[in-house]
Amino acid sequence: MRTHRLALLAAGFLLAALPAKPQSGGELRFVLRSEPKTFDPMLVDEEASETIRYLTGGVLIRVNRKTQALEPELAVSWKVSEGGKKISFRAREGLLFSDGTPFTAEDVAFTMQKLMNPDLHSPTGDSFRSSQGPVRVTTANPRDVTIEFPAPVAGLERLFDQVAVVSSHSPKKEAAVLGPFVVAEYKSGSYVLLKRNPLYWKKDARGRRLPYLDSIRLDIQQNRDLELLRFKRNEIQLINSLDASYFENLAKEAPSAVRDIGPSLDSEQIWFNQVPSAPIPDYKKNWFRSTSFRLAISEAINRDDLCRVVFGSHARPAVGPVSPANLFWFDKSLQPHPYDPQAALRRLQQEGFRLDGHVLNDPGGHAVEFSVVTNAGNKYREQMAAMIQQDLEQIGIRLNIVTLDFPSLIERISRTFDYELCLLGLVNVDLDPSAQMSVWLSSSSNHQWNPEQKSPATSWEAEIDRLMQAQASTNDQNQRKRYFDQVQKIVWEQQPFIYLVNKNALVVISPALANTSPVVLRPQTFWNVETLYFSNQGRGASQ
Amino acid sequence: MKFLRQTAAVFLVAIFIATLFAGILAPAPYARQFRESPNALPSRIHLLGTDELGRDLFSRLLYGSRVSLLLAPAASLLATIIAALVGGVAGYVGGWIERIALAGTDLSMSLPWLFLLLTVRAVLPLNLPPAASLLITFGLLGFFGWAASARVICAGARGLRNSDFVLQAKACGCSSQRVLLQQVLPNLRPVLYAQFLISIPVFILTEANLGILGLGVSEPLPSWGGLLRGLENWSAVQANPARLAPLVLLFVVVSCFQLVMPQEDFAS
Repeated sequence: MRTHRLALLAAGFLLAALPAKPQSGGELRFVLRSEPKTFDPMLVDEEASETIRYLTGGVLIRVNRKTQALEPELAVSWKVSEGGKKISFRAREGLLFSDGTPFTAEDVAFTMQKLMNPDLHSPTGDSFRSSQGPVRVTTANPRDVTIEFPAPVAGLERLFDQVAVVSSHSPKKEAAVLGPFVVAEYKSGSYVLLKRNPLYWKKDARGRRLPYLDSIRLDIQQNRDLELLRFKRNEIQLINSLDASYFENLAKEAPSAVRDIGPSLDSEQIWFNQVPSAPIPDYKKNWFRSTSFRLAISEAINRDDLCRVVFGSHARPAVGPVSPANLFWFDKSLQPHPYDPQAALRRLQQEGFRLDGHVLNDPGGHAVEFSVVTNAGNKYREQMAAMIQQDLEQIGIRLNIVTLDFPSLIERISRTFDYELCLLGLVNVDLDPSAQMSVWLSSSSNHQWNPEQKSPATSWEAEIDRLMQAQASTNDQNQRKRYFDQVQKIVWEQQPFIYLVNKNALVVISPALANTSPVVLRPQTFWNVETLYFSNQGRGASQ
Repeated sequence: MKFLRQTAAVFLVAIFIATLFAGILAPAPYARQFRESPNALPSRIHLLGTDELGRDLFSRLLYGSRVSLLLAPAASLLATIIAALVGGVAGYVGGWIERIALAGTDLSMSLPWLFLLLTVRAVLPLNLPPAASLLITFGLLGFFGWAASARVICAGARGLRNSDFVLQAKACGCSSQRVLLQQVLPNLRPVLYAQFLISIPVFILTEANLGILGLGVSEPLPSWGGLLRGLENWSAVQANPARLAPLVLLFVVVSCFQLVMPQEDFAS
């Protein structure tokens, strides 16, 4: 009898230790902050359309948003050869599109041919275009397909995370999908309704077909205040990215719903105008071109205070172009420039600057005064500018803050170059440094501090050009990492961009939703949408 | 009523004196950031608490009141003078001059001034000190904000054009200029006062809105408009209701302006 009791107790513990059986059904709701511009997965160019592509599209390879490693999806295996020029896939067998059309290697070939058609102007296709020339796609049999590019493509296999395979035979064209959901209804300006794809190929560990959710309703809602209000009313269950002040506000009311996941990939930075033809005085150009001057400014800014005061400690001092959230590419040997106004002053004095009373003068006797431009209406940037203003005042520098409407700001920083210092943010969606080529190459129009150079203006910019091209021309990830570490070090030493903070990824998830695991990569809250489900308690609350 | 008027007058004088002596009365410089205590609640050190950057709200209110109480009325005066000239002459002279003036007024009111202001800001030099940006902001408000008042003043002047005393003055051989300056304008005084008073809070609020668009008074100089922007953060207001002080002060000051105006001026 005693043995039986013990056995029952052990069985009870075992059952308790097993994960709860996921519940099928229910409708997940969250907000799209803009109207999706397209449902064609090849033409996606903004976040709302990307959300729909992610939820509906089937891809050959998926970047696991948690581990940041590549995982096979529609392809069971792949092989990159010829230094990144060629990639071969073996397709998964027996899969069906949502309309019942079978999936074969022909569909992959059709997708790639369509994607690389220059007449389509596909933003996704553009990321594969490393040089001029045709892309050759060959299918040896219904499972094997080989794609050959005219030149090596850096981080080639990772780019397939964005390529949703479309059917070559389905009469529904791109509406036939291989992802977990299909678009069922769309009301312009109001909502997009996605229904469960009954033919989705993935199953859970118990053999049940995924996804667990019946549908997802994406309400189109631009206003953040209303989004927050709707969450409080339990009308939506997820908020993907949240401002620090909204986060703090909600944390008081629903502490179990808010999650700070740590530094995101996004950064805030300042840069000085180094364009030779800029309509600013020559003596100021000399300051801005001086590495010591830029380093001194960097040292005079209290990044810890920016994180604590402006972002309520929901940010980290930034080191460089790569956030610590980027697990592979971040150079761990680098640290943010320490806040040390005295060291900054000494550095400037070594360059001939002198502090007369409370005013810093350059060797030519000019008082050091310049303006910072940023976009009007962005509370965080305006506050950061005000704090930098006070930090620089401590070393005798007068900073004037100018907030401009966005078109005027862009006009100044990219066409007239009539500005001195600019404060803006960089939103990173790609982990691979090749996505930043247009920022670092001196010939590029996005090389903000001095764009479209005919030849590199400085030796360190020439070195960055060389290293970026070198990392793009090899497929050896470790070698690429070594090259890009050097780029990060040069940027850290030269400070063409003075990186300020990496904002934390802040999300909100209803406790009714189970199996959630938010991450810093987009889409932060629903990257594992197939396995999300409503818990028993939550089901009642959310319906 | 007399008591109320006197109280309002005393209050306004007290406010003006307080703002003029802000340098002495303010417990801290308006730009100083007490970074260890952002969003602090009212205390002996910070009478109204601090803002998001830890700046003393009482000091900022004193300096901001100085800016707004001096410059919003100045801008309102400029707008009222322009409106009096355009509307007064148009209404008194009448005929095609009135039609042209009113057409110009309508055109002025239909123009998207917001975008014009943005354009003006976009072409201004960047290295303007905060004080210069302040003068430019309120100057632009005064220069662009006359049209609505001009229409009201024109209607008032038109009513006086055929009045007995104007006809009598003309019959006595007074020149048009003399009639306009000595007969018409004094009788338009209640309308001018009203337009002047109405424009003050309008300009203060416009400055606040322009601040959001980047055309307001630049940091770190405070103004009522800039301080009112702090009310956007409602959770901070709930935590520290003293943040409503700029709004209360604006309401009280505008009410006091109404009370101190001679009531007989509004009798007509």
